[in-house]
Amino acid sequence: MKRFLGFVVKEFYHIFRDYRTLMILFGIPAIQLLLFGYVITSEIRDARIAIFDQSKDEVTRKISEKVLSSGYFILDKNLSSTKEIEQVFRQGNVKLVLIFGPDFSKNLDKTGNAKVQIIGDASDPNTANILVNYIQGILSNYLLSLNAEKIPMQIVPEVRMMYNSEMKGVFMFVPGLMAMLLMLISALMTSLSITREKELGTMELLLVSPLKPAQIIIGKVFPYVFLAFLDACIIIILGNTVFGVPVVGSVALLLFESLLFICMALSLGILISTITSSQQIAMMLSLVALMLPTILLSGFIFPVENMPVVLQWFCHIMPPKYYITIIKSIMLQGNGFSYIAFETGILAGFTMLFIFLSVKKFKVRLG
Amino acid sequence: MRTILYIIQKEFLQIFRNKGMLPIIFVVPIVQLLILVNAATFEMKHIKVSVVDMDLSSSSRKLISKYEGSPFYEIVQTTFSYDQAMDQMQRGKVDVIIRIPNGFERKLVKENLSKVQFVINAINQSVAGLSSAYCSSILIDFNRELLQDWLNPSKLAGLKNIQTDYSYWYNPKLNYKTYMVPGILVLLVTIIGLLLSGMNIVREKEIGTIEQINVTPIRKIQFIAGKLTPFWIIAMFELAFGLSIGKLVFDIPTVGNLWLIFLSGGVYLFVILSVGLLVSTVTNNQQQAMLVSFFFLIIFILMSGLFTSIESMPHWAQEMDRLNPLMYFIKIMRMVLLKGSTFDDISQLFYSLVVFAIVMSSLAVWRYRKVA
Repeated sequence: MKRFLGFVVKEFYHIFRDYRTLMILFGIPAIQLLLFGYVITSEIRDARIAIFDQSKDEVTRKISEKVLSSGYFILDKNLSSTKEIEQVFRQGNVKLVLIFGPDFSKNLDKTGNAKVQIIGDASDPNTANILVNYIQGILSNYLLSLNAEKIPMQIVPEVRMMYNSEMKGVFMFVPGLMAMLLMLISALMTSLSITREKELGTMELLLVSPLKPAQIIIGKVFPYVFLAFLDACIIIILGNTVFGVPVVGSVALLLFESLLFICMALSLGILISTITSSQQIAMMLSLVALMLPTILLSGFIFPVENMPVVLQWFCHIMPPKYYITIIKSIMLQGNGFSYIAFETGILAGFTMLFIFLSVKKFKVRLG
Repeated sequence: MRTILYIIQKEFLQIFRNKGMLPIIFVVPIVQLLILVNAATFEMKHIKVSVVDMDLSSSSRKLISKYEGSPFYEIVQTTFSYDQAMDQMQRGKVDVIIRIPNGFERKLVKENLSKVQFVINAINQSVAGLSSAYCSSILIDFNRELLQDWLNPSKLAGLKNIQTDYSYWYNPKLNYKTYMVPGILVLLVTIIGLLLSGMNIVREKEIGTIEQINVTPIRKIQFIAGKLTPFWIIAMFELAFGLSIGKLVFDIPTVGNLWLIFLSGGVYLFVILSVGLLVSTVTNNQQQAMLVSFFFLIIFILMSGLFTSIESMPHWAQEMDRLNPLMYFIKIMRMVLLKGSTFDDISQLFYSLVVFAIVMSSLAVWRYRKVA
């Protein structure tokens, strides 16, 4: 036991001496939370549009005013011919062109029918879709106000946003961020720190020491459990105090599940380090094979349900997906353990599997 | 010149000897491109709906059949108990609850105004926004049909109407993949380039071989150039390879001039590789180098406009984004490939990249010390 403690102390020294790494480990959650909280939104505001007004009468002016004062749009340019449309799109600033047909107000009064054309720059399809919808909404509201006294019957929607009534983007990102960082620290850092000993040749020294292989591995990963756990707490506290992301459910349960996920990631990191011999490969493997899927296949940014079926299978073998589901469930929906028992079981299963594989692959002799 | 060639030869030998790295450099990015492009989609399909119809009138049934008929919705539960529906939402089995209150039809006839409640799981705010928009638009359609069914046409005649007509240019089917392929390609090339170069010098430092190079008469600039070139060639090759895959598999349009893409790509990669070497010279071991690269990479990626639009960021963040090389190249790729922008259209972006390239490479050369 004393030997083992000595080893753990050595590992802590290694980590704390490297102040740059430490700074980054604690800087990442802070900066990313700030980014997600203040900068990254999928809400669209201030989209630049161009207007081609062929009638320039009172009604078109009123509609343009309504569109521009909605907060979603800024006028970039008034166009004077259809040829210019292609040009402004190619320059890339204008996202949408609004065209009023000739004799707009006259048509509206006489035939009751006036023409508007909306052209979206669908090289960004999502934005184009949303912007076109906004404009249509503004137009139909305007129409409604014109016809106010004549419409007899109406069903109105009453929308209630559950769990996130202010529609904050951060709510979505905090769970994802936790999964990503825990994965980074636990899987990546451990696999690097073990392969590093191999690369530098010091692993040989450790293996011939009286420490048992299991002790070496546990001693190596222990400090990272500590660091990862600390980081998770920082994210939860920052998210709560600065951005008001609540922890509706039980904090203890949340921490327990995080610990389970950390163990899973660590055993994955150990597995990676037992099958690779250089830091470069370990890092590339962790980064390319773990980080991107963690970000994209876990439901962090893009919902899993929208993906093609084959990819959804892939998503189901991504441990972070289950962790993210668990955290959302506890933090935002306030669910108890019975709701997330299945996901917890899967995480535990993954942990066991990775440990089993690493033990099988572990070699006491090197190269 | 010969000295540079030797360094280049050495680097190539090292790369191709490393059997573990080869598949990571060449196979993994392509697999990732194939997977991620399919994964990165906001197209909403199966929104899972639970219907709580307390009215059970012909109007409410008609309204529900509207949602049934829409390709966006999948009704997974029909119940009379709001609590039951809520429980399914807690479990994440349901995204939207449509609740039609008792007396829905009676109110509609008597008071001319009736309410439908939509309860939406808003944890993912962008998905919730879209679902809410779809729900409302179906309701608007339904309102219009109601008017036509229940009223005589003479009453409708006096209504004013604006006929709106919309079209989507450059991507009429709103295929999200054409938008993502160029962006994700930039991402992959960047990751490979940055990591290869970022880990390179620091590895020599860690193993101690840098000492051997330092005692040779090689000049700083020769050394850096020799280190950069092989990675530049590999990354350029990957860019071309990725573009071909995008064309063959995803059928992305290549409206603009491809040489323009490669020209900007060449400059961009020069920037990224210089940044990598700079990281490599200021750190002491590979773990540090990796973390530093990762730290900046993640910020650059998130602010690059790859997943979320730059216009919706606050003003100060947009100003900061001018320092983000990824943003420039993703913009160029999308503009040239999808819209056929010419050099004039992208000149400002291009020259910004050139400035980056000059600044970053000078920094890398300046920071590199031939003393360990």
